[in-house]
Amino acid sequence: MRIWKTVPGWMMVGLMSFALACGGGGGEKGGDAAEPAGGEAAGSADFVTVDPAKAATVTGKIKLNGEAPAMPAINMSAEPDCKGLHQSAPPAEVVVASNGMLQNAFVWVKSGLNGKFQPSTTAVHLDQKGCIYQPHVLAVQVGQPLSITNSDPTTHNVHPLPTTNREWNKSQTGGGAPIDYQFPRQEIMIPVKCNIHPWMRSYVSVVDHPFFAVSSADGSFTIKGLPAGTYTIEAVHEKLGSQETSVTVGDAESKDIELTFSAS
Amino acid sequence: MSRSVTLSRKTLNSLSPQASAEYPASRGLHRFAVFTAASTFCLIVAGALVTSRDAGLSVPDWPLSYGQLMPEMVGGVFYEHGHRMIASFVGFLSIILAVWLWRREKRRWVRNLGWAALGAVIAQGVLGGMTVLLLLPTPVSVAHACLAQLFFSTTAILALVTSRSWNRLDAQSQPRAPETSGPSLPALCVMANCAIFAQLLMGAAFRHKGIGIIPHLIGAMVVVAIVFWLLARVARRYSGVPEIFSWTMALNGLVMMQLVLGAGAYWIREATRDAVQPLWPMVAITVGHVALGALILAVSVVLTFQVRHVFGRRHESFEPQGVPVTT
Repeated sequence: MRIWKTVPGWMMVGLMSFALACGGGGGEKGGDAAEPAGGEAAGSADFVTVDPAKAATVTGKIKLNGEAPAMPAINMSAEPDCKGLHQSAPPAEVVVASNGMLQNAFVWVKSGLNGKFQPSTTAVHLDQKGCIYQPHVLAVQVGQPLSITNSDPTTHNVHPLPTTNREWNKSQTGGGAPIDYQFPRQEIMIPVKCNIHPWMRSYVSVVDHPFFAVSSADGSFTIKGLPAGTYTIEAVHEKLGSQETSVTVGDAESKDIELTFSAS
Repeated sequence: MSRSVTLSRKTLNSLSPQASAEYPASRGLHRFAVFTAASTFCLIVAGALVTSRDAGLSVPDWPLSYGQLMPEMVGGVFYEHGHRMIASFVGFLSIILAVWLWRREKRRWVRNLGWAALGAVIAQGVLGGMTVLLLLPTPVSVAHACLAQLFFSTTAILALVTSRSWNRLDAQSQPRAPETSGPSLPALCVMANCAIFAQLLMGAAFRHKGIGIIPHLIGAMVVVAIVFWLLARVARRYSGVPEIFSWTMALNGLVMMQLVLGAGAYWIREATRDAVQPLWPMVAITVGHVALGALILAVSVVLTFQVRHVFGRRHESFEPQGVPVTT
């Protein structure tokens, strides 16, 4: 009986201990910027170098067959801080296409490369502006710095949802210090969301080489600096899936390709 | 000597006031227990809103929110921190209820149930914190969802056993006779409780993307079958016992509503799968489905307690309505 009476007390002690152990650690789990930059590639001396005079280029267009679905307007009415940043409700950026050309497709050399490539030290920027992630789709190399900023007057939380990298969740006040992060493993189209503003979504691709691009508003893309070889080029879209093709380039050669998605 | 027994409202109402004197229920205590149970139901609704609005990680720290007690209530923070505030309030109510029961309640098992409720709400708070700090791992999220249902049922039982109607019956021992066939009524009730809880577990696992929909659909069929069986048994033998009949009818009615809500929730989730943000019709229906699930378990557990109580906890079989018993 006496033991039974002490159970709630012990539970309170346990709770307080847990709270103390975890206190102040919110969001820090994802703060593993201390993970080795460049992942497995870091520290390796035998990076592949491509002679600029011999570097090949693959350019192309990402097309959309069929009529692009109309994108609904984002309803920010419950968030005055966000709504006030727009004159009218902005459309969602799920499928953005005009004149049959598809924007925001991630294009990369899926296979055909040999060796390791040195990660770029130039930071890639992801901003939160108007309560929207800008850009909507971006890519970094394994170990390349990703700098996330908040240009809004309101707080956001940055929450990537990877499957092979580590998931993390950090809040960022308006105009606060940038969140710097380096993904240690290759992973394509990692969703990044804000749980405060559920419409906010971005996709970050992490690639272990520098040969990738994101299609622009006219559907075009350019992948530069390739060594001669035969490659599989893949385009990945958040909604429409993926398309791929094979291309062979020689020294200093430039090839133009097209990849076509179906709207239906 | 033979006697004929009919368990009816008249029988129950004829119980002497002296019977209740044995367990002097406090009206204030009962009202407070009811208030705690109602607040817990609101807490479950708030928790379901957090999941449906995908706001679980809108506050990345715990136990404080953005390092403070009261952050700016914007967007998902409104739902997540609102849930935390209601949870703190319910935790506070649970402390008062446990202490009140400890001070005033003479039945040891009721006092222990009060402490168990307090332990459950503390554990639930820790689980809630773990969902945030560990970024919503499915097992922890499912455990958080299921413990919420158990805690609500516990508060419902405390509200029931502190009521005057319960205490009027407390000293009564009802005559009984063997069931003709099949499981006894308490066994059926226990089966219903287990099936409903398993169904809630699978529902939570589906909601938190741990399993597919098929186990949840099979669970729904099992629950409906057992609840119908229970209704058939009660309608045939115990329709004159309002404490049993009314709760059985309520249980069946809620389960029927839940089937409709469940189908609606699944349909609207599929229909709005590509929506750029949670839409209110989806949020309302899925939250309703979760809340009704909690209510169904609570009603089933209350029915089980009523059955055990009306007929006496030590009896394994009961007297069918109006059947003469030779003693």
